[in-house]
Amino acid sequence: MQRKTFLRAMIASAALAAMPLATWAQDTIKIGEINHYKRLAAFAGPYKQGIELALEETNAAGGVLGKPLEFIFRDDQGEPGEAVKIAEELMTRDGAVMLTGTILSNVGLAISSFAGEKGYVYLASEPLADSLVWGAGNKYTFRLRSSTFMQAAMLAEAAAKTDAKRFATIAPNYAYGKDAVAAFKENLLKLKPDAEFVAEQWPALFKIDAGAEVQALERAKPDAIYNVTFGPDLAKFVRDGTDRGLFEGRDVYGLLSGEPEYLDPLGDEAPEGWTVTGFPWYDLSDGPAGEFVAAYQARYDDYPRLGSIVGYMTVQSIVAALEKAGSTETEAIREAFEGLQVASAMGGIEFRAIDNQSTMGAYVGTTALQDGKGVMINWEYKDGANYLPTDEEVLKLRPAE
Amino acid sequence: MEFFVAQLLTGLANASSLFLVACGLSLIFGVTRIVNFAHGSLYMLGAYIGYTLMQNLPGAVGFWGSILLAGIAVGIIGVLVEVLVLRPVYRAPELFQLVATFGVILVIQDLTLIIWGPEDLLGPRAPGLRGVYRIMGEPIPKYDIVLLVITPFIALALWYLITQTRVGVLVRAATQDREMVGALGVNQAVLFTGVFALGSALAGLGGALQLPKGGADLLMDFHILAPVFVVVVIGGMGSLPGAYLAAVIISVLNVFGVTYLPQSTLVLMFVVMVVVLMIRPYGLFGREEVAGEHGQVGEPELPIKPASNSVRMIVMAGLALLALLPVFGSSFAMVLTTDILIFCLFAASLHFLLGLGGLVSFGHAAYYGGGAYIAALLVTHANSPMEIAFLLAPLGAGLAALAIGWVCLRLTGVYFAMLTLAFAQLLWSLVFQWGSVTGGDDGLVNIWPSDWLNSTTAYFYFALLFSVGGILVLRHVAHSPFGYALRAARDSKRQAESTGINTQKVQLLAFGFAGFMGGLAGTLFVFSKGSVFPNELEIARSFDALIVVFLGGVKTLAGGVAGAAFFKGVEDLLTRFEYWRLVMGLLIIFVVIVAPQGIVGSIRKAAIRLNILKQGGQT
Repeated sequence: MQRKTFLRAMIASAALAAMPLATWAQDTIKIGEINHYKRLAAFAGPYKQGIELALEETNAAGGVLGKPLEFIFRDDQGEPGEAVKIAEELMTRDGAVMLTGTILSNVGLAISSFAGEKGYVYLASEPLADSLVWGAGNKYTFRLRSSTFMQAAMLAEAAAKTDAKRFATIAPNYAYGKDAVAAFKENLLKLKPDAEFVAEQWPALFKIDAGAEVQALERAKPDAIYNVTFGPDLAKFVRDGTDRGLFEGRDVYGLLSGEPEYLDPLGDEAPEGWTVTGFPWYDLSDGPAGEFVAAYQARYDDYPRLGSIVGYMTVQSIVAALEKAGSTETEAIREAFEGLQVASAMGGIEFRAIDNQSTMGAYVGTTALQDGKGVMINWEYKDGANYLPTDEEVLKLRPAE
Repeated sequence: MEFFVAQLLTGLANASSLFLVACGLSLIFGVTRIVNFAHGSLYMLGAYIGYTLMQNLPGAVGFWGSILLAGIAVGIIGVLVEVLVLRPVYRAPELFQLVATFGVILVIQDLTLIIWGPEDLLGPRAPGLRGVYRIMGEPIPKYDIVLLVITPFIALALWYLITQTRVGVLVRAATQDREMVGALGVNQAVLFTGVFALGSALAGLGGALQLPKGGADLLMDFHILAPVFVVVVIGGMGSLPGAYLAAVIISVLNVFGVTYLPQSTLVLMFVVMVVVLMIRPYGLFGREEVAGEHGQVGEPELPIKPASNSVRMIVMAGLALLALLPVFGSSFAMVLTTDILIFCLFAASLHFLLGLGGLVSFGHAAYYGGGAYIAALLVTHANSPMEIAFLLAPLGAGLAALAIGWVCLRLTGVYFAMLTLAFAQLLWSLVFQWGSVTGGDDGLVNIWPSDWLNSTTAYFYFALLFSVGGILVLRHVAHSPFGYALRAARDSKRQAESTGINTQKVQLLAFGFAGFMGGLAGTLFVFSKGSVFPNELEIARSFDALIVVFLGGVKTLAGGVAGAAFFKGVEDLLTRFEYWRLVMGLLIIFVVIVAPQGIVGSIRKAAIRLNILKQGGQT
């Protein structure tokens, strides 16, 4: 009896899976988009809105290769194994021509490994892990957003210009945090060989014991602090650090801390005078970035986050690649992405042929309070192309193809 | 010295929320024997409700009033959960209620997202308590001082309630022997509901009280869960002074850990828990659990018997149909079925421990993920061919299970379960932290099978062979003398030993065997996905298996497999929709209430009643 039930369930699910669902609308070009819509709703939401805005604009202008462009959005629950299963479904059943998406690095790496093995093109839009294009890179995986290394290098450049000698770091205890600290150290020591690292704190991700971390940093008496914490950890760290006077008279460098996703929840307690990477959308009024911000606000009655512009640029990159390829064949798309020039919302970017990393940059500026909200002032857009290792180093990092 | 005192104060302040949430959980467990996994969700609700109230109520009165009201509101939610979800299943098999609380978690997660939106909320400051006091020259936030003063008073009030009042007498009596309390004419239903409300209110209070130190976010329910369980177990389940002491120990040690061993943040509390349980198997102030008290709830289990010929025919036909899937199914159908088969084997291996052995493991992912990692490590670092890795990985997982089982089997019941969880968590943090070997959370990638297996169809047959084979072996072992000895040890350790069965050895071997099969499932998984990440060792993975085993039916042979196939299939369908967690949670609660013996158990019962199936044995 139990066997029967088991088999019935099994057969039913197999039969369901075998049913062709998407027989309609075959005349669109489909892109499979996998993300953690539930697990990281605050980040995936604006990202999806950016994609949808770009899609509407693209299709209003006649689509790509004479067909409308369509995204199939799927939730992977933040699980690498699920993402791989969905990737297979998107490519073999739903008729997607390529894959994109993910915020979490581990999910991005899982899809990348799968795409490399099966020969599917994957544009990693948001994951930051350096290994995605270097240590674990493959010829089918491309990455849009400026990586951990690039953004850390931008902050290291700013830190090298000051007199600070004694540095302390605080980063979440996982791969992103460790990469971010390593890249900052590497770049800073190149520019300022006598810099000293007097403390390294590693709170567990989203489980920071802020009081204790602040005390430990204070005890090391650093001249400057490099912060990699984000989300609720950042809020707790800033609050406890401000209360206990940790930031007084010290330079602080914050990776991603200027992104609206992280800065806005802090409200009027946003830190002042930190050097951060972020997204000062409120100051963007000219050029492609300004057009994007205006269009976004008009469309959604909401302001864009960093994820929004990344989503927007994801579509722009895919459209450019499809047009250059002139077809939806995997190999044609892959070859089109190599060295692809995109006139994106952040200006011209290029997907480098050497490691498939785009040269998308980041905005670096200083935090300040305006009208009870944290903003970036004196910011500057830094072109990602200038913050990558030399070609020889990159070739050493990437496995031979 | 000043620094030391300042650290101590920080630790004590941190202990505050932890204690409130933990003592609520401890109270609930002590009286109702429910392992309430939704406790973190109640804590999260406390934070969100407190936040909303604070936005609307001004001033210091509004602030403290909001905290109190948040506690009361969460207490009322607790009553709803108890009456609607848990009361129908008090007579279900041991620990079955924890599955219901898991459904509650999913429902609350989506409802919170719908009501408060996805963005993190920064907690409001306590009016008049911004800034620091200088204590021996060290800055200590004012709110920290307030917290560490308030907490002992709340603890004292609870202590008074429990030791000095009539209600407390009843609660303590129920903790010790709830049947006796019922027999003496105390209305158990009201008592249980009351205790559940009190425990929930404390969780809500804890959530609202921590607002000025942080805020409210959608991940806080899971993040508080592990520390709270650690505190409750270290203190001894059901003990209030224990919970307070343990909260202080964990918080203070954590503060020192942060300073002197900054990398220790992931493991410290689990190491403490293992050490405490090694020395005091029932926590600091816990009592030994009375054998049989909650092992034998519900109907006695039917003896098992081999499948009848007609059932065998049906199984054969089903397998033949599966084997033909590549002919009529799509490539994705094979991938999905491979996933389901692997998960079925994983669930079946846990079911073997849980159903036949009566050994509730909360850390079965250690062997599943362990097997996957051993295979991936062999391929990555020793360049070993897939076939060798495939042979060695399950063996390695089995050995790991033997080692962990040897330590854990000194304990019983919930303490045993928590110790297995601690070991799984230690393994997880080892993999997570040891980046140079394991890749940390960037995992190990490019772990693909050999060329002859690399097509989807070939791997589907491979997974079919080993999953079904593994499940059949597990089933066969259940019918072997070893399986009989294992069930004897589960049902009555003393009687089993008097007939000459070495129960310790039998249970240890079963643990190793289940670990081996879990490892086999993990190995199949890693080669089907091509990569492995610490997610496969997480608590969440252990609970995936635990929940399907309970929902399928612990007291049936096919329960694990049926539950796994059913829920993996449903999950694949549901995740296509926006609020799938809500639907999934409601479905779990529905199954729990409608089928308290699990899907298979309840179908069988219905069949017996309708005379389709003969009584007197299960297949």
